[in-house]
Amino acid sequence: MTDAAHAAHFESAARQEHAARFGMWVFLGSELLLFAGLFALYGAGRAANPGAFREGITHATKTLGSINTAVLLVSSTSVALSVELLRRGRQKQSIAALCVTILLGIVFLALKLTEYGEHFREGISPGGAGYFFALHQAPGLALFWSLYFISTGLHAVHVCVGLVLLGLTTRRVLQGHIHSARFYTLHNAALYWHLIDLVWIFLWPLYYLS
Amino acid sequence: MLELFRKLFDLPPGASSFADGVDWLHLFVIGSTLLGVSVITLLALVFVIRYRQRPGDHSTPVVRVTGKREAVLVFGTLALFLLWWVLGYRQYLAMRERPAGADAVYVTAKQWMWKFSHSHGQIENDVLTVPVGRPVELIMISRDVIHSFYVPAMRVKQDVLPGRYVTLWFKPVRVGTYPIYCAEYCGVLHSGMLGEVDVLTDAQYSRWLGDAARAESLADVGRAAAVKHACLSCHTIDGQKHIGPTWSKLYGSDVTLSDGQHVVADAAYLTESMMDPAAHIVQGYAPIMPTYLGSLDSADTAAIVEYIRSLQDAPVSPSIRLPALQVAPTTSAASSQPGAP
Amino acid sequence: MTIAVEPVQTARAASASYATEQKSIRSWLLSTDHKRIGVLYFVATTFSLALGGVFALLLRIEHLTPGPTIMTALTYNRLFTLHGVTMVWLFMIPSIPATFGNFLLPIQIGATEVAFPRLNLLSFWIYVLGALVVLGAMWLGALDTGWTFYTPYSAKSPSAVVPTLIGIFIVGWSTILTGINFIVTVHTMRARGVGWMRMPLFTWALYGTSIIQVLATPVLGLSLLVVMFDHALSWGLFDPARGGDPVLYQHLFWFYSHPAVYIMILPAMGVVSEVISTFAHKNPFSYKAIVYSTLGISFVGFLTWGHHMFVAGMSAFDAGAFGVLSMLVAIFSAVKVYSWVSTLIKGSIVLATPLLYVFGFLFLFMFGGMTGVAVATMSLDVHWHDTYFVVAHFHFVMVGGTLTAWLAALHYWFPKVTGKMYSERLGTLGFALVFGGFFATFVPQFLLGNGGMPRRYYNYPAHFQTLHVASTLGSWVLASGMLLTLGYLMHALLRGPSAGANPWSSRSFEWRTSSPPPEKNFHGEPELELDAYDYTTPWQPLDSSR
Ligand code: HEA
Ligand code: HEA
Ligand code: HEC
Ligand code: CUA
Ligand SMILES: [Cu+2]
Repeated sequence: MTDAAHAAHFESAARQEHAARFGMWVFLGSELLLFAGLFALYGAGRAANPGAFREGITHATKTLGSINTAVLLVSSTSVALSVELLRRGRQKQSIAALCVTILLGIVFLALKLTEYGEHFREGISPGGAGYFFALHQAPGLALFWSLYFISTGLHAVHVCVGLVLLGLTTRRVLQGHIHSARFYTLHNAALYWHLIDLVWIFLWPLYYLS
Repeated sequence: MLELFRKLFDLPPGASSFADGVDWLHLFVIGSTLLGVSVITLLALVFVIRYRQRPGDHSTPVVRVTGKREAVLVFGTLALFLLWWVLGYRQYLAMRERPAGADAVYVTAKQWMWKFSHSHGQIENDVLTVPVGRPVELIMISRDVIHSFYVPAMRVKQDVLPGRYVTLWFKPVRVGTYPIYCAEYCGVLHSGMLGEVDVLTDAQYSRWLGDAARAESLADVGRAAAVKHACLSCHTIDGQKHIGPTWSKLYGSDVTLSDGQHVVADAAYLTESMMDPAAHIVQGYAPIMPTYLGSLDSADTAAIVEYIRSLQDAPVSPSIRLPALQVAPTTSAASSQPGAP
Repeated sequence: MTIAVEPVQTARAASASYATEQKSIRSWLLSTDHKRIGVLYFVATTFSLALGGVFALLLRIEHLTPGPTIMTALTYNRLFTLHGVTMVWLFMIPSIPATFGNFLLPIQIGATEVAFPRLNLLSFWIYVLGALVVLGAMWLGALDTGWTFYTPYSAKSPSAVVPTLIGIFIVGWSTILTGINFIVTVHTMRARGVGWMRMPLFTWALYGTSIIQVLATPVLGLSLLVVMFDHALSWGLFDPARGGDPVLYQHLFWFYSHPAVYIMILPAMGVVSEVISTFAHKNPFSYKAIVYSTLGISFVGFLTWGHHMFVAGMSAFDAGAFGVLSMLVAIFSAVKVYSWVSTLIKGSIVLATPLLYVFGFLFLFMFGGMTGVAVATMSLDVHWHDTYFVVAHFHFVMVGGTLTAWLAALHYWFPKVTGKMYSERLGTLGFALVFGGFFATFVPQFLLGNGGMPRRYYNYPAHFQTLHVASTLGSWVLASGMLLTLGYLMHALLRGPSAGANPWSSRSFEWRTSSPPPEKNFHGEPELELDAYDYTTPWQPLDSSR
């Protein structure tokens, strides 16, 4: 493929690039509303059961959660770096940055699984199952934990999708399909990764702090 | 006029104090709709005939929007809609405004029946007996899924939710029997969840009360229930403060809440205090009362409310002094909380 | 002006059209041509319409007598749920955008394709997958919750709730992808000279619809997901015993479903704008007013969902706010109606079948819309909520409005898509049956609602029987009209006379190419200098020149 190559129905490569980027933004808007629904559920639940939600947070795996926040923030930086590096034509370094991002994503998932494991050990399962809820009977605690599992679970699904996307993109960079003159696919994947990061930045204070 | 309208449009008889107002608004809304739609349809027909295609030149001129006429039309329509809204909202608020001095009836809905517990102790299934001319307030909860209490003749409807008491009131103005429907889909026999409101004259109603009177007064049942549920370990009936406020003269009194607001302690407020104590905290007390949602059933709730009400007529003088008591503060905000005197 | 080019195109049409270029079944099923995908969608959604229609007819037959007639209560409850689910998600939401929209949107902006053709094909197959899952769930016994899946009933209902919801969830993805595709297409694929304010109004309507599809559908997906967890794993997120709030579910559902009713009506409104202009040979009375009211509906429509919950236990203040916002969103529809009727002034009107349907639309939509405003009048809704009055309201807007506009679109673009012409006489007869049948079916339902007949009732008190029987008889007339239409259109497709490139002498962009269009939509550069609604130049029937 040459630099000017573009699908036949587009007038020019620039148009095609514009379409792809714009499409990604629209999709991110859609995703944002998905999580907005979850935040609305959280807000309503917390307004109705302020005490239970505060108590729920005291049982959160705060250290692991906060480390994960840092992990995601760094991964967001590295993916941004890989875009910038590729733009400057430094393919190898760009790939390295991508690999770092993917690695961090995997670390995030691993830590997340550890957290889930700890919750289960404490007797916390979604839906108010487990002996934890026999010991702590504030109504609304079950709601807090169900929301926690749904929100972080849905987020983790997005992380997985993001990892697959980054993986495929890395391959295409390696093969040279994505290069300094035509790197919007990488940019789109990075945007998606930023969204994942952004959502986590909201989940973190809601479920771990305050 | 209104009667004719009801006949033409198949409306049920107007059996509550709301019915006439609602039906007048109905007449206005449907009347203006019919008029507006007819005018526009006629205009369209006139245009179709007047401007039908004729042989020859088919080109058409550009008609420019002048602005003024269109603005009048659009804002006129908006004004009409807003007028409907204002009238409808006022009536809606009147329906939601809880009347003073209404008889409270506790309603439990479950798949697929209605249970009514009167404050005089009667319990009825699928039949609600009420006197004409006096407002009744229904305090309703569901035992399973959402139902909806609907009496077309009264023009009232309210969804009945599990886990939360909701209220509805109406004042019957016509003696008669009127159907109750469940209007929210609730499972296989949703269409079988029927009942009727029996509106009696005052004389009939007192006779009905007499017939159905029970050996034990409801207040007695209520006292037994309060003892059984250990309410009296925190509340007194003789005017003294304890862990919780006293019940003496509570009914109908003005209660100051911790956020400075005032509420009147009527049946609905008392019910809420038992089912969702955290919703309104009385000033000077800690939010430590447990919820009785699920453990107190409607009949007992009604009985306890009736018992609290009975404490207003005959105040009991303090018989014993309660020992000074320190409540373990659960939150820092409650540390200044006074115990019993 | 440039009209002379058309006969030339017609001559070429016979040799190369999108439909004849390749003939294998595979070339249809895996085509990325937006026109072929539109046709595929048409076949699939029409099948859903027929299925939903059969369910409706069965519901009506059951109501011939107050007691059990032909089915059990459980069957009835499943049927109205399936009727609602099929009609809303499998037919109505994809109906106009994914069929006519897919076919016409690129042509109306002078493009050769949508922005992401492969994504478009993917959307279609996702739709088919979702629809098959819903059908499979029917086979498993389906669900009996109503199309609104209110909790806690839906979390407890002993029926195939989860499979059905999974199906709808999948269909939602197809809706979102189509929405993204259309938005990007409109932004990036417009041919030179097609500025925003020169786009045909149907395209504008699709654009407004797509915005709602992209922003509202994920919230539906989320609420369905949570209901699935509640049902399958009893997580109880909306269960009051565990601190949840069942009314919250209703907020989420209507946050999606009220905008969704505008997903259903906006494309219909776009069709009406096109058809009125073409058959009055007249520019729209106010192009701008229609554009801005489309956008107004798209955005204000997100703020009115609470009007479905006036008696559900909302605070009186919230109810008042949702009430007044409903009044505001309604005014945009009124603006459109006024503009359409005014378009007739000084026109040169040909009362062909599509225009008949559009008049049917106008008349029925005015009633449907005004009764919508009536149920938004809160004290009246207390009486009407969940009665047949509401059923009549939404069939007036969805059947009287959208389905009628769908029929208008079908008759208007039939020659464009197939190159064939149907019989005008049968068209008029079909319209008479559909319109008359519709009236007889749904006017009695307003009266039933006034009388207090609740919806979703299997049995009903005997004094409602006369009106129910009238409604059932009407549904048979309506169905016969639909069958007749299906019949003569099939006949026209196979045996009909050739229609010519532009049988309606429309100036809209899609009529400036041959019918059916070639694979690349236009023969060379599209001629778009003349405005899509410019009827000021002398006009002569083009086909006589052949
Ligand atoms: C295509 C679908 C569609 C459309 C377009 C609408 C349009 C509107 N709807 Fe409707 N509605 C539904 C589909 C639709 N609805 C469905 C499916 C339900 C039931 C869901 C369920 O519970 O299962 C429902 C239920 C529903 C309710 C809840 C009723 C209840 O359950 O109690 C309400 C309440 O406010 C409402 C309001 C409105 C309003 C204000 C509009 C407005 O947008 C209408 C605006 C249009 C106009 C105003 C017409 C213009 C008129 C003129 C130009 C004439 C001028 C005349 C004069 C000036 C006299 N709708
Ligand atoms: C798009 C939406 C749509 C459409 C088109 C219809 C169409 C019809 N509906 Fe439906 N209806 C709903 C959406 C729709 N409905 C919804 C959302 C509900 C609420 C469900 C709930 O409560 O959960 C409902 C509920 C509902 C009820 C209330 C049930 C109850 O509450 O107990 C009734 C009762 O009469 C009814 C009847 C009908 C009838 C007679 C038609 C007729 O108009 C049908 C006529 C159509 C046909 C007969 C099809 C024939 C077509 C073909 C053969 C193909 C033709 C092909 C070509 C022309 C190419 N509907
Ligand atoms: C653990 C102690 C405790 C028990 C047991 C208890 N309450 Fe209370 N109750 C309180 C406190 C403290 C308050 C004041 C704070 C508040 O409003 O929640 C209160 C408030 C109330 C009020 C509102 C009084 C007012 O002045 O407005 C009512 C009514 C009430 N309780 C009824 C009951 C009933 C009925 C029971 C038993 C079925 C009961 N309570 C059991 C502690 C208790
Ligand atoms: Cu109870 Cu429907
Ligand atoms: Cu709505």
